[in-house]
Amino acid sequence: MQQAKPKPGILDKRAEIIAGLQAILPERAVIGDNISLKPYETDGLSAYKQMPLAVVLPETEAHVVAIMKFCNLHGVRVIPRGAGTSLSGGALPMADAVVIGMMRMNKILDINYADRYAVVQPGVTNIAITQAVQDEQFFYAPDPSSQLACMIGGNVSMNSGGAHCLKYGVTANNLLGLRIVTIEGEILEIGGKQMDAAGYDWLGLITGSEGQLGILTEVTVRILRSPEGARAMLAGFASNEVAGQCVDAIISSGIIPVALEFMDKPAIHACEDFAHAGYPLDAEALLIIEVEGSETEQSEMLARIRDICAAYHPVSMRVSQTAEESAAIWKGRKGAFGAVGRISPDYLCMDGTIPTSELPNVLKRIQAMSDEYGLKVANIFHAGDGNLHPLIMFDANDAESFHKAEAFGADILKLCVEVGGCLTGEHGVGIEKRDLMSVQFTPSELDQQRRIKSAFDPAWLLNPSKVFPLSGLAAAE
Amino acid sequence: MQTNFTAAQLEKPEIAVANNILRTCVHCGMCTATCPTFVTIGDELDSPRGRIYLIKDMLENDRAASQEEVLHLDRCLSCLSCMTTCPSGVDYMHLVDHARVHVNETYQRPLTDRLLRGVLAQILPYPKRMRAALNLARLAKPFAFLLPGESMLIKRMRAMLNLAPAKMPAPQSLGGTVHKAIGRHNGRVALLAGCAQQAIGPSINTATIELLNRLGIEVVIPEAAGCCGALVHHMGRHDEALEAAKRNVNAWSDGAEYDAIIVNTSGCGTVLKDYGFMLRDDAMAAKAAAVSAKTMDISEYLLKIYEPTSVPPDITVAYHAACSLQHGQKITAAPKTLLRKAGFKVVEPKDPHLCCGSAGTYNIMQPDIAASLRRRKLDTLKAKSPDVIAAGNIGCLTQLAGDGIPTVHMVELLNWMAGGPKPAALNGV
Ligand SMILES: Cc1cc2nc3c(=O)[nH]c(=O)nc-3n(C[C@H](O)[C@H](O)[C@H](O)COP(=O)(O)OP(=O)(O)OC[C@H]3O[C@@H](n4cnc5c(N)ncnc54)[C@H](O)[C@@H]3O)c2cc1C
Ligand code: SF4
Ligand code: SF4
Repeated sequence: MQQAKPKPGILDKRAEIIAGLQAILPERAVIGDNISLKPYETDGLSAYKQMPLAVVLPETEAHVVAIMKFCNLHGVRVIPRGAGTSLSGGALPMADAVVIGMMRMNKILDINYADRYAVVQPGVTNIAITQAVQDEQFFYAPDPSSQLACMIGGNVSMNSGGAHCLKYGVTANNLLGLRIVTIEGEILEIGGKQMDAAGYDWLGLITGSEGQLGILTEVTVRILRSPEGARAMLAGFASNEVAGQCVDAIISSGIIPVALEFMDKPAIHACEDFAHAGYPLDAEALLIIEVEGSETEQSEMLARIRDICAAYHPVSMRVSQTAEESAAIWKGRKGAFGAVGRISPDYLCMDGTIPTSELPNVLKRIQAMSDEYGLKVANIFHAGDGNLHPLIMFDANDAESFHKAEAFGADILKLCVEVGGCLTGEHGVGIEKRDLMSVQFTPSELDQQRRIKSAFDPAWLLNPSKVFPLSGLAAAE
Repeated sequence: MQTNFTAAQLEKPEIAVANNILRTCVHCGMCTATCPTFVTIGDELDSPRGRIYLIKDMLENDRAASQEEVLHLDRCLSCLSCMTTCPSGVDYMHLVDHARVHVNETYQRPLTDRLLRGVLAQILPYPKRMRAALNLARLAKPFAFLLPGESMLIKRMRAMLNLAPAKMPAPQSLGGTVHKAIGRHNGRVALLAGCAQQAIGPSINTATIELLNRLGIEVVIPEAAGCCGALVHHMGRHDEALEAAKRNVNAWSDGAEYDAIIVNTSGCGTVLKDYGFMLRDDAMAAKAAAVSAKTMDISEYLLKIYEPTSVPPDITVAYHAACSLQHGQKITAAPKTLLRKAGFKVVEPKDPHLCCGSAGTYNIMQPDIAASLRRRKLDTLKAKSPDVIAAGNIGCLTQLAGDGIPTVHMVELLNWMAGGPKPAALNGV
């Protein structure tokens, strides 16, 4: 991966910059020594590393404003970071940049059940929102598999999705308002506490902007009434293709389960090891299908889904009978990426979207590429949305294995675009896919997007080496 | 994730073990959210993933530990919540154990720090010395407020004094005793009597022995067995820890047959269950593995044989899961099942996975973080309006005491409902 050139003069002024930041922030809010900076050199995509100039850990919006004013004045680049779980290297530092870690801003500011919203700081974890409201039978719908750790600021910046987004939509569909601090240190209030605001869809613009337009300091999310009940069902199949056909059949029938997840054999085994959920170990592919509603609604839907599955000769079908069983099924699915760490030291997690009708075809071609590259793949993904997550297994201690994995990954994403899909489903472009953006967009489409970044951040100081091919940064400067 | 060790480095067995552990970590970050210090401090460096990375860099570069690494490693509670969360099965415990030994061997701590650690290592494992020290501390406690300033040393001394109980229990010396089963004979176990526990919580051993005897189990406390070594182990004092482990393994392999080695201080239990690993390269490896395999927490052992005999009072028990039980030994349901079987109403606090801040000598060495974790735990426990807080580890009981709600070891409650005396802590409830 190619790094952007450091800005002239910044590295030489490192000591001054650190001292300057220390002067405006409380004790232990600035990290400037190389030993302590090391763990910040990477995020959830640990194949890429870069030591930052410094790390700052603000506790309040006022701190954020002060940091931004300081960095803008001195022309210092800024990389926002939440929990650092990005799988596209969104929070990867730059040598001449200050990483602004948002994890200390982790308070829930307001919960309003009557109007169904919660106002939280960006460092609140995704699951903490649901935990805060569940006693009142409410929940926050988007549920990335990393929900235990990832923070709402990161979710908004990546427009994250999750297993239950098939029914409830992704982060963008569950947001009401934001506060952001611009690179000039100005505070913007966007949206509010109810659906839809006047004028342009600012909220839509900021959502998924990958930390390139401003620092989020407050997020207002919509909370929903918890469903009466939910049940998960497991259906094992004899091949990936057949499972893929079954997914397409379920979706085409007009049924929308809350979740429709796919795992292939390597994934089934790794996850079973971790979660002991009773996944069928003899199946080549597994679908986890969840329905919700009243008992009758659940039973009706499950019966229809079973009928559809039956046509594809499942090797096993099982409906979970207790809440514990369902919890174990989801624990396995949500821990899936980490669980692959049990069978391979490293993986690259791809994230592309395809039309569901292409699933069988694409899965077959991925398998063929896997044979060609000589690297194993585990497939775990949100099948209902056609959002693929092939995990390419490689050995990071072997440079050639890594380069092959990168090339294999790029081929998969190009295949997604070729069949009418998209480069990214929910993990964002980050650094990983920035060079593939020109496969997806025409030069003028890219230019138009860059102009939007320039409007917010004229000097391209905010997370500038991500999303666009590096030539964009060079041109802007 | 990637590691950068040379072939020569990997020839060292400890480095090879560390490398294997590091390579199972995929740097996903899931563990950060359930780490008590990350939740409290909000810095990657005080999260499991951050510590793993610090350790990796220190070992790869074969570098002496620096002040920064030591700061963040010292702040680790060894609660092992990260291991419960990790989907990849990363063996953080053995990685941090190794890192602590590396720190102990390569880092020169400031004088006051060294003295304090030395003193703790010389007192806590020995019940008689511990009693003497506590008596002194008890006398000094009313003057704790006179300690001037807010320096770390002063805070640590104040924390130490605060741990001294208001009333010293009668001395207990169980080494070399045998307690016959009453009525029937269903089995025979060895009991780890504990070191600090004999000094500050003798009623726990008494209740354990009484209950087991009444259930037809003979309880033996071999003379030669002593402190489990956890305390020095967590300080990175490798040799002292191994010495303790060997002494105990020998004491329990004395030819007498035990069905199990029972532990009622779960902090010690985690270490006993690790003797097999600690002594893996020693001549007595097989014996050590056998001891580890036989070790059971009292709740595990009671699960099959416990029978209450008394009519339960209307008491709500808040069960506090000690980290060494829930994360270290993965025992989560047994204590609650037993308390319910005894007839108590059992409630649990929010975020049960978070440590109370006791963690061996942590509450002395890291008084600020420990105090904030204590407050958080007590608030979440009290939110469930319990009559009493029960746990399976004396460290937690001491840490949570003194805030208006009595704390008892769950075995004391179980014994009470099986014909034993009402725990003294409950007088007035
Ligand atoms: C095991 C695992 C499973 C995952 N599963 C899913 C999944 O199911 N669905 C999914 O969508 N993603 C998933 N992800 C990816 C990742 O968790 C999401 O992208 C998540 O939203 C990142 O949140 P974070 O807090 O870790 O942010 P980070 O990784 O720290 O940052 C992500 C991006 O947001 C920016 N950012 C962070 N905070 C702010 C802020 N306050 N203001 C401005 N910009 C900010 C950063 O600059 C960066 O560009 C998974 C990751 C892992 C490791
Ligand atoms: S959860 Fe496990 S694999 Fe993930 S970062 Fe933590 S230790 Fe590593
Ligand atoms: S042992 Fe506990 S304190 Fe230490 S890193 Fe793991 S979770 Fe954090």
